[in-house]
Amino acid sequence: MNWRLIKDKLVERSFSLLLFSSLIVIALILTGLIVKSVPLVQAEHLGKILTESVWSPLKGSFGFLPFIMGTIWVTLISLIIAVPLCVLASVYLVEYAGDALRSMVLPLVNVLAAIPPVLYGVWGVLFVVPLLGQFVGPLFGVETTGYTVFAGGVVLAVMIFPIMISIMVEVLQTIPQELKNASLSLGATKWETVTKVILIKAKPGLLAAVVLGISRAFGETVAVLMVCGNIPQIPKSFFDAGYPLPALIANNFGEMMSIPLYDSALMFAALLLFVIIFGFNLLSRIILNKLEAKAS
Amino acid sequence: MSNVKKRLFKEKVAKVCMQLAGITITGSLFFIVGTILYKGAPYLTWEMISETPKGGFYIGKDGGILNAILGSLYLATVSTALATAIGVPISIYLNVYVKAGSFLERFSKLLFDVLFGIPSIVYGAIAFSLMVWMGIRASLLGGIITITLLTIPIVVRTIDELLKTVPVDLKNITFSLGATQWETAKMFLRYIKPGIFTAILLAFGRAIGDVAGVLLTTGFSDNLPKYIDEPSATLPLAIFFQLSSPIPEVQGRAYASALILTFIILIIVICTHLLASRQQKHKI
Repeated sequence: MNWRLIKDKLVERSFSLLLFSSLIVIALILTGLIVKSVPLVQAEHLGKILTESVWSPLKGSFGFLPFIMGTIWVTLISLIIAVPLCVLASVYLVEYAGDALRSMVLPLVNVLAAIPPVLYGVWGVLFVVPLLGQFVGPLFGVETTGYTVFAGGVVLAVMIFPIMISIMVEVLQTIPQELKNASLSLGATKWETVTKVILIKAKPGLLAAVVLGISRAFGETVAVLMVCGNIPQIPKSFFDAGYPLPALIANNFGEMMSIPLYDSALMFAALLLFVIIFGFNLLSRIILNKLEAKAS
Repeated sequence: MSNVKKRLFKEKVAKVCMQLAGITITGSLFFIVGTILYKGAPYLTWEMISETPKGGFYIGKDGGILNAILGSLYLATVSTALATAIGVPISIYLNVYVKAGSFLERFSKLLFDVLFGIPSIVYGAIAFSLMVWMGIRASLLGGIITITLLTIPIVVRTIDELLKTVPVDLKNITFSLGATQWETAKMFLRYIKPGIFTAILLAFGRAIGDVAGVLLTTGFSDNLPKYIDEPSATLPLAIFFQLSSPIPEVQGRAYASALILTFIILIIVICTHLLASRQQKHKI
Protein backbone atom coordinates (compact mmCIF):
# COMPACT_ATOMS: atom_id res chain seq x y z
CA MET A 1 0.00 0.00 0.00
CA ASN A 2 2.66 2.41 1.07
CA TRP A 3 4.87 1.60 -1.87
CA ARG A 4 2.02 2.40 -4.27
CA LEU A 5 1.62 5.83 -2.71
CA ILE A 6 5.35 6.47 -2.84
CA LYS A 7 5.43 5.50 -6.49
CA ASP A 8 2.50 7.78 -7.18
CA LYS A 9 4.24 10.70 -5.51
CA LEU A 10 7.50 10.00 -7.31
CA VAL A 11 5.73 9.99 -10.67
CA GLU A 12 3.86 13.16 -9.81
CA ARG A 13 7.07 14.95 -8.83
CA SER A 14 8.99 13.92 -11.91
CA PHE A 15 6.14 14.70 -14.29
CA SER A 16 5.58 18.11 -12.80
CA LEU A 17 9.31 18.71 -13.03
CA LEU A 18 9.12 18.01 -16.76
CA LEU A 19 6.17 20.36 -17.17
CA PHE A 20 7.76 23.19 -15.24
CA SER A 21 11.12 22.83 -16.91
CA SER A 22 9.48 23.03 -20.32
CA LEU A 23 7.58 26.12 -19.21
CA ILE A 24 10.88 27.58 -18.01
CA VAL A 25 12.53 26.78 -21.35
CA ILE A 26 9.78 28.75 -23.08
CA ALA A 27 10.37 31.69 -20.77
CA LEU A 28 14.13 31.40 -21.38
CA ILE A 29 13.63 31.41 -25.14
CA LEU A 30 11.65 34.62 -24.92
CA THR A 31 14.20 36.20 -22.55
CA GLY A 32 17.07 35.15 -24.80
CA LEU A 33 15.42 36.73 -27.81
CA ILE A 34 14.79 39.96 -25.94
CA VAL A 35 18.28 40.15 -24.45
CA LYS A 36 19.89 39.57 -27.82
CA SER A 37 17.70 42.17 -29.53
CA VAL A 38 18.37 44.90 -26.98
CA PRO A 39 21.67 46.16 -28.51
CA LEU A 40 19.94 46.99 -31.79
CA VAL A 41 17.01 48.72 -30.15
CA GLN A 42 19.43 50.71 -27.99
CA ALA A 43 21.51 51.77 -30.97
CA GLU A 44 18.55 52.87 -33.03
CA HIS A 45 15.07 53.99 -32.28
CA LEU A 46 12.49 51.20 -32.47
CA GLY A 47 10.17 53.21 -34.69
CA LYS A 48 13.04 53.91 -37.06
CA ILE A 49 13.99 50.24 -37.33
CA LEU A 50 10.46 49.27 -38.25
CA THR A 51 9.86 52.03 -40.81
CA GLU A 52 13.30 52.51 -42.37
CA SER A 53 13.55 50.92 -45.79
CA VAL A 54 17.33 50.68 -46.28
CA TRP A 55 18.91 47.36 -45.31
CA SER A 56 22.66 47.71 -45.40
CA PRO A 57 24.30 46.08 -42.37
CA LEU A 58 27.81 47.06 -43.44
CA LYS A 59 26.87 50.72 -43.19
CA GLY A 60 25.03 50.06 -39.97
CA SER A 61 21.53 50.71 -41.24
CA PHE A 62 18.97 48.09 -40.38
CA GLY A 63 15.64 48.96 -41.97
CA PHE A 64 13.12 46.20 -41.49
CA LEU A 65 10.39 47.68 -43.65
CA PRO A 66 11.23 45.72 -46.85
CA PHE A 67 11.11 42.44 -44.94
CA ILE A 68 7.95 43.29 -43.06
CA MET A 69 6.30 44.36 -46.31
CA GLY A 70 7.58 41.21 -48.04
CA THR A 71 6.02 39.06 -45.35
CA ILE A 72 2.75 40.99 -45.49
CA TRP A 73 2.58 40.70 -49.29
CA VAL A 74 3.06 36.94 -49.43
CA THR A 75 0.69 36.41 -46.51
CA LEU A 76 -2.04 38.57 -48.06
CA ILE A 77 -1.72 36.90 -51.46
CA SER A 78 -1.94 33.48 -49.87
CA LEU A 79 -5.06 34.54 -47.95
CA ILE A 80 -6.73 35.98 -51.06
CA ILE A 81 -6.27 32.59 -52.72
CA ALA A 82 -6.86 30.27 -49.80
CA VAL A 83 -9.69 31.81 -47.76
CA PRO A 84 -12.47 31.70 -50.40
CA LEU A 85 -11.42 28.24 -51.57
CA CYS A 86 -11.31 26.87 -48.04
CA VAL A 87 -14.64 28.39 -46.99
CA LEU A 88 -16.37 27.03 -50.08
CA ALA A 89 -14.79 23.61 -49.78
CA SER A 90 -15.53 23.29 -46.05
CA VAL A 91 -19.15 24.33 -46.55
CA TYR A 92 -19.45 21.75 -49.29
CA LEU A 93 -17.91 19.04 -47.15
CA VAL A 94 -20.16 19.75 -44.18
CA GLU A 95 -23.46 20.70 -45.81
CA TYR A 96 -23.56 19.00 -49.19
CA ALA A 97 -21.17 16.06 -49.28
CA GLY A 98 -22.07 12.62 -48.03
CA ASP A 99 -20.20 10.81 -45.30
CA ALA A 100 -18.26 8.71 -47.79
CA LEU A 101 -16.87 11.72 -49.64
CA ARG A 102 -16.07 13.57 -46.42
CA SER A 103 -14.21 10.67 -44.89
CA MET A 104 -12.21 10.38 -48.09
CA VAL A 105 -11.34 14.05 -48.57
CA LEU A 106 -10.43 15.02 -44.99
CA PRO A 107 -7.60 12.45 -44.64
CA LEU A 108 -6.25 13.59 -48.01
CA VAL A 109 -6.22 17.19 -46.79
CA ASN A 110 -4.32 15.98 -43.73
CA VAL A 111 -1.71 14.41 -45.98
CA LEU A 112 -1.19 17.89 -47.38
CA ALA A 113 -0.33 18.98 -43.83
CA ALA A 114 2.26 16.23 -43.52
CA ILE A 115 4.21 17.27 -46.61
CA PRO A 116 7.40 19.04 -45.51
CA PRO A 117 7.97 22.68 -46.50
CA VAL A 118 10.97 21.86 -48.65
CA LEU A 119 8.81 19.72 -50.94
CA TYR A 120 6.39 22.62 -51.35
CA GLY A 121 9.43 24.67 -52.26
CA VAL A 122 10.54 22.15 -54.87
CA TRP A 123 7.02 22.13 -56.31
CA GLY A 124 7.06 25.93 -56.35
CA VAL A 125 10.35 26.00 -58.25
CA LEU A 126 9.29 23.30 -60.68
CA PHE A 127 5.77 24.45 -61.38
CA VAL A 128 4.62 27.78 -59.92
CA VAL A 129 7.67 29.84 -60.83
CA PRO A 130 7.85 28.76 -64.51
CA LEU A 131 4.06 29.13 -64.80
CA LEU A 132 4.23 32.71 -63.57
CA GLY A 133 7.34 33.58 -65.55
CA GLN A 134 6.26 32.08 -68.87
CA PHE A 135 2.47 32.37 -68.92
CA VAL A 136 0.88 34.52 -66.25
CA GLY A 137 3.48 37.30 -66.42
CA PRO A 138 3.28 37.78 -70.22
CA LEU A 139 -0.52 37.56 -69.94
CA PHE A 140 -0.45 40.72 -67.84
CA GLY A 141 2.33 42.16 -70.00
CA VAL A 142 4.94 41.93 -67.25
CA GLU A 143 8.51 40.81 -67.74
CA THR A 144 9.31 38.52 -64.81
CA THR A 145 11.48 35.56 -63.87
CA GLY A 146 8.65 34.08 -61.87
CA TYR A 147 10.53 34.39 -58.58
CA THR A 148 7.99 36.79 -57.10
CA VAL A 149 5.83 37.42 -54.05
CA PHE A 150 3.01 35.98 -56.17
CA ALA A 151 4.82 32.62 -56.37
CA GLY A 152 5.40 32.76 -52.60
CA GLY A 153 1.71 33.48 -52.06
CA VAL A 154 0.57 30.57 -54.22
CA VAL A 155 2.87 28.10 -52.45
CA LEU A 156 1.80 29.42 -49.05
CA ALA A 157 -1.87 29.21 -49.99
CA VAL A 158 -1.53 25.48 -50.61
CA MET A 159 0.40 25.11 -47.36
CA ILE A 160 -2.34 26.72 -45.29
CA PHE A 161 -5.20 24.76 -46.89
CA PRO A 162 -5.06 21.88 -44.39
CA ILE A 163 -5.06 23.92 -41.17
CA MET A 164 -7.89 26.15 -42.40
CA ILE A 165 -10.01 23.32 -43.80
CA SER A 166 -9.72 21.14 -40.71
CA ILE A 167 -10.70 23.96 -38.34
CA MET A 168 -13.42 25.38 -40.60
CA VAL A 169 -15.00 21.93 -40.95
CA GLU A 170 -14.97 21.50 -37.19
CA VAL A 171 -16.52 24.93 -36.67
CA LEU A 172 -19.23 24.37 -39.29
CA GLN A 173 -20.16 21.04 -37.73
CA THR A 174 -21.06 22.80 -34.47
CA ILE A 175 -23.83 24.87 -36.13
CA PRO A 176 -27.11 23.52 -34.70
CA GLN A 177 -29.31 21.59 -37.12
CA GLU A 178 -32.42 23.47 -35.82
CA LEU A 179 -31.11 26.75 -37.19
CA LYS A 180 -30.63 25.28 -40.64
CA ASN A 181 -34.04 23.60 -40.53
CA ALA A 182 -35.73 26.86 -39.55
CA SER A 183 -34.15 28.64 -42.48
CA LEU A 184 -34.92 25.86 -44.95
CA SER A 185 -38.52 25.57 -43.82
CA LEU A 186 -39.00 29.26 -44.52
CA GLY A 187 -38.30 28.47 -48.13
CA ALA A 188 -34.67 29.49 -48.37
CA THR A 189 -32.52 27.52 -50.75
CA LYS A 190 -29.59 25.64 -49.30
CA TRP A 191 -27.12 28.23 -50.55
CA GLU A 192 -29.19 31.05 -49.01
CA THR A 193 -29.16 29.15 -45.74
CA VAL A 194 -25.39 28.89 -46.03
CA THR A 195 -24.76 32.57 -46.70
CA LYS A 196 -27.44 34.05 -44.46
CA VAL A 197 -27.44 31.68 -41.51
CA ILE A 198 -24.54 29.27 -41.35
CA LEU A 199 -21.67 31.56 -42.34
CA ILE A 200 -22.95 34.37 -40.10
CA LYS A 201 -23.23 32.03 -37.15
CA ALA A 202 -19.83 30.48 -37.85
CA LYS A 203 -18.05 33.80 -38.32
CA PRO A 204 -15.92 33.84 -35.15
CA GLY A 205 -14.75 30.29 -35.73
CA LEU A 206 -13.96 30.92 -39.37
CA LEU A 207 -12.05 34.02 -38.33
CA ALA A 208 -10.02 31.95 -35.89
CA ALA A 209 -9.19 29.51 -38.67
CA VAL A 210 -8.05 32.36 -40.90
CA VAL A 211 -5.91 33.82 -38.12
CA LEU A 212 -4.23 30.45 -37.60
CA GLY A 213 -3.62 30.35 -41.33
CA ILE A 214 -2.05 33.81 -41.15
CA SER A 215 0.31 32.82 -38.40
CA ARG A 216 1.31 29.71 -40.30
CA ALA A 217 1.97 31.77 -43.42
CA PHE A 218 3.87 34.40 -41.47
CA GLY A 219 6.44 32.00 -40.15
CA GLU A 220 6.91 29.75 -43.15
CA THR A 221 10.54 29.97 -44.09
CA VAL A 222 12.09 27.68 -46.60
CA ALA A 223 9.26 27.10 -49.06
CA VAL A 224 8.80 30.85 -49.48
CA LEU A 225 12.51 31.56 -49.52
CA MET A 226 12.93 29.20 -52.47
CA VAL A 227 10.41 30.94 -54.70
CA CYS A 228 10.10 34.62 -53.91
CA GLY A 229 13.33 36.08 -55.17
CA ASN A 230 14.89 37.42 -51.96
CA ILE A 231 15.59 40.99 -52.98
CA PRO A 232 15.38 43.42 -50.05
CA GLN A 233 12.94 45.87 -51.59
CA ILE A 234 9.38 46.87 -50.86
CA PRO A 235 7.26 44.91 -53.37
CA LYS A 236 4.99 47.16 -55.42
CA SER A 237 3.06 44.56 -57.39
CA PHE A 238 2.30 40.85 -57.49
CA PHE A 239 5.19 40.41 -59.90
CA ASP A 240 7.92 41.98 -57.77
CA ALA A 241 10.41 39.92 -55.84
CA GLY A 242 10.16 40.15 -52.08
CA TYR A 243 12.16 39.12 -49.04
CA PRO A 244 10.09 37.90 -46.07
CA LEU A 245 11.37 38.06 -42.49
CA PRO A 246 11.95 34.32 -41.93
CA ALA A 247 14.00 34.15 -45.13
CA LEU A 248 16.16 36.98 -43.82
CA ILE A 249 17.04 34.97 -40.73
CA ALA A 250 17.62 31.75 -42.65
CA ASN A 251 19.84 33.31 -45.30
CA ASN A 252 22.04 35.43 -43.11
CA PHE A 253 22.47 33.66 -39.81
CA GLY A 254 25.90 32.18 -39.32
CA GLU A 255 27.79 34.62 -41.48
CA MET A 256 27.14 37.78 -39.53
CA MET A 257 29.52 37.40 -36.63
CA SER A 258 31.99 40.13 -37.59
CA ILE A 259 29.55 42.92 -38.40
CA PRO A 260 28.43 44.90 -35.36
CA LEU A 261 24.75 44.67 -34.45
CA TYR A 262 24.05 42.23 -37.30
CA ASP A 263 23.28 39.26 -35.05
CA SER A 264 21.23 41.51 -32.82
CA ALA A 265 19.23 42.60 -35.87
CA LEU A 266 18.56 39.01 -36.88
CA MET A 267 17.51 38.10 -33.35
CA PHE A 268 15.23 41.11 -33.44
CA ALA A 269 13.69 39.64 -36.60
CA ALA A 270 13.18 36.34 -34.78
CA LEU A 271 11.65 38.21 -31.83
CA LEU A 272 9.26 40.03 -34.17
CA LEU A 273 8.16 36.73 -35.68
CA PHE A 274 7.78 35.13 -32.26
CA VAL A 275 5.71 37.97 -30.84
CA ILE A 276 3.46 38.41 -33.88
CA ILE A 277 2.80 34.71 -34.31
CA PHE A 278 2.35 34.17 -30.58
CA GLY A 279 -0.22 36.97 -30.57
CA PHE A 280 -2.11 35.64 -33.59
CA ASN A 281 -2.14 32.09 -32.25
CA LEU A 282 -3.24 33.21 -28.83
CA LEU A 283 -6.10 35.21 -30.30
CA SER A 284 -7.42 32.36 -32.44
CA ARG A 285 -6.99 29.75 -29.70
CA ILE A 286 -8.94 31.89 -27.25
CA ILE A 287 -11.76 32.28 -29.78
CA LEU A 288 -11.75 28.53 -30.51
CA ASN A 289 -11.65 27.54 -26.84
CA LYS A 290 -14.62 29.80 -26.14
CA LEU A 291 -16.55 28.27 -29.02
CA GLU A 292 -15.67 24.79 -27.84
CA ALA A 293 -16.87 25.58 -24.32
CA LYS A 294 -20.11 26.93 -25.75
CA ALA A 295 -20.66 23.89 -27.96
CA SER A 296 -20.22 21.32 -25.22
CA MET B 1 -41.69 32.60 -60.82
CA SER B 2 -38.56 33.88 -62.49
CA ASN B 3 -37.34 34.92 -59.07
CA VAL B 4 -37.43 31.32 -57.90
CA LYS B 5 -35.63 30.22 -61.04
CA LYS B 6 -32.95 32.81 -60.41
CA ARG B 7 -32.50 31.60 -56.84
CA LEU B 8 -32.29 27.99 -57.92
CA PHE B 9 -29.80 28.95 -60.60
CA LYS B 10 -27.71 30.68 -57.96
CA GLU B 11 -27.85 27.54 -55.88
CA LYS B 12 -26.50 25.54 -58.81
CA VAL B 13 -23.70 28.01 -59.53
CA ALA B 14 -22.69 28.05 -55.87
CA LYS B 15 -22.64 24.29 -55.77
CA VAL B 16 -20.38 24.09 -58.81
CA CYS B 17 -18.06 26.71 -57.28
CA MET B 18 -17.85 24.71 -54.06
CA GLN B 19 -17.12 21.52 -55.93
CA LEU B 20 -14.40 23.26 -57.90
CA ALA B 21 -12.88 24.61 -54.69
CA GLY B 22 -12.89 21.14 -53.19
CA ILE B 23 -11.33 19.64 -56.29
CA THR B 24 -8.63 22.33 -56.35
CA ILE B 25 -7.68 21.70 -52.74
CA THR B 26 -7.68 17.92 -52.92
CA GLY B 27 -6.13 18.01 -56.36
CA SER B 28 -3.22 20.15 -55.18
CA LEU B 29 -1.98 17.19 -53.15
CA PHE B 30 -1.89 14.88 -56.16
CA PHE B 31 -0.47 17.66 -58.24
CA ILE B 32 2.46 18.28 -55.87
CA VAL B 33 3.27 14.60 -55.47
CA GLY B 34 2.78 14.09 -59.21
CA THR B 35 5.12 16.94 -60.15
CA ILE B 36 7.85 15.61 -57.89
CA LEU B 37 7.35 12.05 -59.12
CA TYR B 38 7.43 13.14 -62.76
CA LYS B 39 10.58 15.22 -62.38
CA GLY B 40 12.37 13.03 -59.86
CA ALA B 41 11.76 9.52 -61.16
CA PRO B 42 14.18 9.72 -64.14
CA TYR B 43 17.03 10.64 -61.79
CA LEU B 44 16.26 8.11 -59.09
CA THR B 45 18.92 5.40 -59.12
CA TRP B 46 20.04 2.79 -56.64
CA GLU B 47 23.30 4.69 -56.35
CA MET B 48 21.39 7.71 -55.03
CA ILE B 49 20.27 5.89 -51.90
CA SER B 50 23.19 3.55 -51.35
CA GLU B 51 26.25 5.76 -51.60
CA THR B 52 27.72 8.87 -50.05
CA PRO B 53 28.77 11.84 -52.19
CA LYS B 54 32.06 11.18 -53.98
CA GLY B 55 34.51 13.81 -55.13
CA GLY B 56 32.80 16.18 -57.54
CA PHE B 57 29.30 15.07 -56.54
CA TYR B 58 28.12 18.65 -56.49
CA ILE B 59 29.27 19.27 -60.04
CA GLY B 60 27.41 16.24 -61.33
CA LYS B 61 29.83 13.35 -60.75
CA ASP B 62 29.18 10.02 -58.99
CA GLY B 63 27.72 9.45 -55.59
CA GLY B 64 24.48 9.44 -53.66
CA ILE B 65 22.80 10.96 -50.66
CA LEU B 66 22.98 8.11 -48.17
CA ASN B 67 24.67 10.51 -45.74
CA ALA B 68 21.62 12.79 -45.80
CA ILE B 69 19.09 9.97 -45.54
CA LEU B 70 20.85 8.44 -42.55
CA GLY B 71 21.44 11.84 -40.97
CA SER B 72 17.75 12.69 -41.20
CA LEU B 73 16.69 9.29 -39.87
CA TYR B 74 19.04 9.55 -36.87
CA LEU B 75 17.99 13.10 -36.16
CA ALA B 76 14.28 12.43 -36.45
CA THR B 77 14.39 9.17 -34.47
CA VAL B 78 16.33 10.57 -31.54
CA SER B 79 14.36 13.83 -31.38
CA THR B 80 11.04 12.04 -31.62
CA ALA B 81 12.08 9.61 -28.86
CA LEU B 82 13.12 12.53 -26.64
CA ALA B 83 10.00 14.54 -27.44
CA THR B 84 7.82 11.52 -26.64
CA ALA B 85 9.65 10.87 -23.38
CA ILE B 86 9.08 14.49 -22.36
CA GLY B 87 5.72 15.19 -24.00
CA VAL B 88 3.70 12.15 -22.94
CA PRO B 89 4.38 12.62 -19.19
CA ILE B 90 3.49 16.30 -19.51
CA SER B 91 0.09 15.63 -21.01
CA ILE B 92 -0.55 12.79 -18.56
CA TYR B 93 0.33 15.17 -15.74
CA LEU B 94 -1.97 17.86 -17.11
CA ASN B 95 -4.88 15.46 -17.58
CA VAL B 96 -4.63 13.16 -14.58
CA TYR B 97 -2.78 14.95 -11.80
CA VAL B 98 -3.68 18.59 -12.26
CA LYS B 99 -7.23 19.47 -11.30
CA ALA B 100 -9.42 19.90 -14.37
CA GLY B 101 -10.19 23.53 -15.11
CA SER B 102 -7.43 24.88 -12.86
CA PHE B 103 -5.30 27.82 -13.95
CA LEU B 104 -2.19 25.68 -14.41
CA GLU B 105 -4.03 23.28 -16.70
CA ARG B 106 -5.64 25.92 -18.86
CA PHE B 107 -2.52 28.09 -19.01
CA SER B 108 -0.19 25.23 -19.96
CA LYS B 109 -2.52 23.81 -22.58
CA LEU B 110 -3.00 27.22 -24.14
CA LEU B 111 0.74 27.79 -24.13
CA PHE B 112 1.50 24.50 -25.86
CA ASP B 113 -1.26 25.24 -28.35
CA VAL B 114 0.33 28.55 -29.15
CA LEU B 115 3.86 27.10 -29.28
CA PHE B 116 2.61 24.56 -31.80
CA GLY B 117 2.51 27.40 -34.29
CA ILE B 118 5.88 29.01 -33.62
CA PRO B 119 7.92 28.54 -36.81
CA SER B 120 10.99 26.36 -36.70
CA ILE B 121 13.26 29.17 -37.88
CA VAL B 122 12.71 30.90 -34.52
CA TYR B 123 13.75 27.74 -32.65
CA GLY B 124 16.69 27.40 -35.01
CA ALA B 125 17.84 30.99 -34.47
CA ILE B 126 17.65 30.65 -30.70
CA ALA B 127 19.42 27.28 -30.64
CA PHE B 128 22.09 28.67 -32.93
CA SER B 129 22.89 31.67 -30.73
CA LEU B 130 22.85 29.42 -27.70
CA MET B 131 25.35 27.11 -29.39
CA VAL B 132 27.61 30.02 -30.33
CA TRP B 133 27.44 31.27 -26.77
CA MET B 134 28.33 27.84 -25.35
CA GLY B 135 31.00 27.24 -27.98
CA ILE B 136 29.34 24.23 -29.59
CA ARG B 137 29.68 24.04 -33.35
CA ALA B 138 26.92 22.99 -35.72
CA SER B 139 26.36 19.29 -35.06
CA LEU B 140 23.86 16.47 -34.94
CA LEU B 141 23.41 17.27 -31.25
CA GLY B 142 22.42 20.86 -32.01
CA GLY B 143 19.89 19.64 -34.54
CA ILE B 144 18.48 17.09 -32.12
CA ILE B 145 17.97 19.71 -29.42
CA THR B 146 16.25 22.11 -31.84
CA ILE B 147 13.98 19.50 -33.36
CA THR B 148 13.11 18.09 -29.93
CA LEU B 149 11.97 21.55 -28.80
CA LEU B 150 9.97 21.82 -31.99
CA THR B 151 8.22 18.47 -31.60
CA ILE B 152 7.40 18.57 -27.86
CA PRO B 153 4.32 20.81 -28.39
CA ILE B 154 3.12 18.48 -31.16
CA VAL B 155 3.33 15.43 -28.90
CA VAL B 156 1.74 17.23 -25.95
CA ARG B 157 -1.17 18.55 -28.00
CA THR B 158 -1.88 15.30 -29.85
CA ILE B 159 -1.76 13.18 -26.69
CA ASP B 160 -3.94 15.75 -24.95
CA GLU B 161 -6.58 15.41 -27.67
CA LEU B 162 -6.43 11.63 -27.23
CA LEU B 163 -6.75 11.80 -23.46
CA LYS B 164 -9.90 13.87 -23.88
CA THR B 165 -11.52 10.85 -25.54
CA VAL B 166 -11.12 8.71 -22.40
CA PRO B 167 -14.60 8.49 -20.83
CA VAL B 168 -14.89 10.30 -17.51
CA ASP B 169 -16.77 7.29 -16.11
CA LEU B 170 -13.77 5.08 -16.73
CA LYS B 171 -11.59 7.51 -14.79
CA ASN B 172 -14.03 7.70 -11.91
CA ILE B 173 -14.41 3.93 -11.73
CA THR B 174 -10.66 3.47 -11.54
CA PHE B 175 -10.40 6.01 -8.74
CA SER B 176 -13.35 4.54 -6.86
CA LEU B 177 -11.65 1.14 -6.89
CA GLY B 178 -8.86 2.73 -4.89
CA ALA B 179 -6.30 3.20 -7.64
CA THR B 180 -3.67 5.87 -7.19
CA GLN B 181 -3.33 8.58 -9.81
CA TRP B 182 -0.36 6.82 -11.37
CA GLU B 183 -2.34 3.60 -11.68
CA THR B 184 -5.16 5.56 -13.31
CA ALA B 185 -2.65 7.17 -15.63
CA LYS B 186 -1.43 3.73 -16.69
CA MET B 187 -5.02 2.80 -17.52
CA PHE B 188 -5.29 5.99 -19.59
CA LEU B 189 -2.11 5.09 -21.43
CA ARG B 190 -3.41 1.64 -22.25
CA TYR B 191 -6.66 3.13 -23.51
CA ILE B 192 -4.94 5.51 -25.92
CA LYS B 193 -2.07 3.19 -26.91
CA PRO B 194 -2.72 3.07 -30.69
CA GLY B 195 -3.14 6.83 -30.64
CA ILE B 196 0.25 7.32 -29.03
CA PHE B 197 1.89 5.68 -32.02
CA THR B 198 -0.04 8.06 -34.25
CA ALA B 199 1.29 11.00 -32.26
CA ILE B 200 4.83 9.64 -32.49
CA LEU B 201 4.55 9.20 -36.25
CA LEU B 202 3.14 12.70 -36.60
CA ALA B 203 6.08 14.12 -34.68
CA PHE B 204 8.50 11.98 -36.67
CA GLY B 205 7.09 13.28 -39.94
CA ARG B 206 7.47 16.83 -38.75
CA ALA B 207 10.99 16.17 -37.48
CA ILE B 208 12.26 14.54 -40.65
CA GLY B 209 10.84 17.21 -42.92
CA ASP B 210 11.95 20.30 -41.09
CA VAL B 211 14.52 22.48 -42.80
CA ALA B 212 14.63 25.84 -41.09
CA GLY B 213 15.49 24.30 -37.72
CA VAL B 214 18.40 22.21 -38.98
CA LEU B 215 19.66 24.80 -41.45
CA LEU B 216 21.45 26.74 -38.74
CA THR B 217 22.14 24.06 -36.17
CA THR B 218 23.12 20.82 -37.86
CA GLY B 219 25.48 21.95 -40.59
CA PHE B 220 26.25 19.67 -43.50
CA SER B 221 28.74 16.90 -44.13
CA ASP B 222 29.51 14.47 -46.91
CA ASN B 223 30.44 11.71 -44.49
CA LEU B 224 28.08 9.26 -42.89
CA PRO B 225 27.05 10.58 -39.49
CA LYS B 226 29.10 8.76 -36.85
CA TYR B 227 29.38 11.01 -33.83
CA ILE B 228 26.79 13.20 -32.24
CA ASP B 229 29.11 16.21 -31.95
CA GLU B 230 29.88 16.33 -35.66
CA PRO B 231 27.92 18.13 -38.35
CA SER B 232 25.62 15.93 -40.33
CA ALA B 233 23.74 16.10 -43.60
CA THR B 234 19.95 16.02 -43.56
CA LEU B 235 17.63 15.12 -46.39
CA PRO B 236 15.66 18.38 -46.64
CA LEU B 237 18.88 20.39 -46.62
CA ALA B 238 20.39 18.13 -49.28
CA ILE B 239 17.37 18.90 -51.47
CA PHE B 240 17.66 22.58 -50.75
CA PHE B 241 21.39 22.78 -51.54
CA GLN B 242 21.28 20.67 -54.67
CA LEU B 243 18.33 22.62 -56.03
CA SER B 244 20.24 25.89 -55.83
CA SER B 245 22.98 24.47 -58.06
CA PRO B 246 23.05 25.72 -61.67
CA ILE B 247 24.11 22.29 -63.01
CA PRO B 248 21.12 20.35 -64.46
CA GLU B 249 22.48 16.98 -63.29
CA VAL B 250 22.66 18.18 -59.69
CA GLN B 251 19.22 19.76 -59.92
CA GLY B 252 17.89 16.45 -61.19
CA ARG B 253 19.31 14.79 -58.10
CA ALA B 254 17.51 17.38 -56.00
CA TYR B 255 14.25 16.22 -57.58
CA ALA B 256 15.17 12.59 -56.94
CA SER B 257 16.03 13.44 -53.31
CA ALA B 258 12.67 15.19 -53.02
CA LEU B 259 11.06 12.02 -54.31
CA ILE B 260 12.83 9.96 -51.65
CA LEU B 261 11.59 12.34 -48.94
CA THR B 262 8.08 12.13 -50.42
CA PHE B 263 8.21 8.33 -50.18
CA ILE B 264 9.29 8.49 -46.54
CA ILE B 265 6.49 10.92 -45.72
CA LEU B 266 3.88 8.88 -47.57
CA ILE B 267 4.93 5.72 -45.71
CA ILE B 268 4.54 7.61 -42.43
CA VAL B 269 1.13 8.93 -43.50
CA ILE B 270 -0.11 5.48 -44.48
CA CYS B 271 1.07 3.96 -41.18
CA THR B 272 -0.62 6.79 -39.29
CA HIS B 273 -3.83 6.20 -41.15
CA LEU B 274 -3.80 2.46 -40.49
CA LEU B 275 -3.14 3.06 -36.79
CA ALA B 276 -5.86 5.68 -36.60
CA SER B 277 -8.42 3.32 -38.07
CA ARG B 278 -7.37 0.74 -35.49
CA GLN B 279 -7.95 3.34 -32.80
CA GLN B 280 -11.44 3.87 -34.19
CA LYS B 281 -12.24 0.16 -33.89
CA HIS B 282 -10.70 0.04 -30.47
CA LYS B 283 -13.13 2.70 -29.27
CA ILE B 284 -16.10 0.30 -29.75
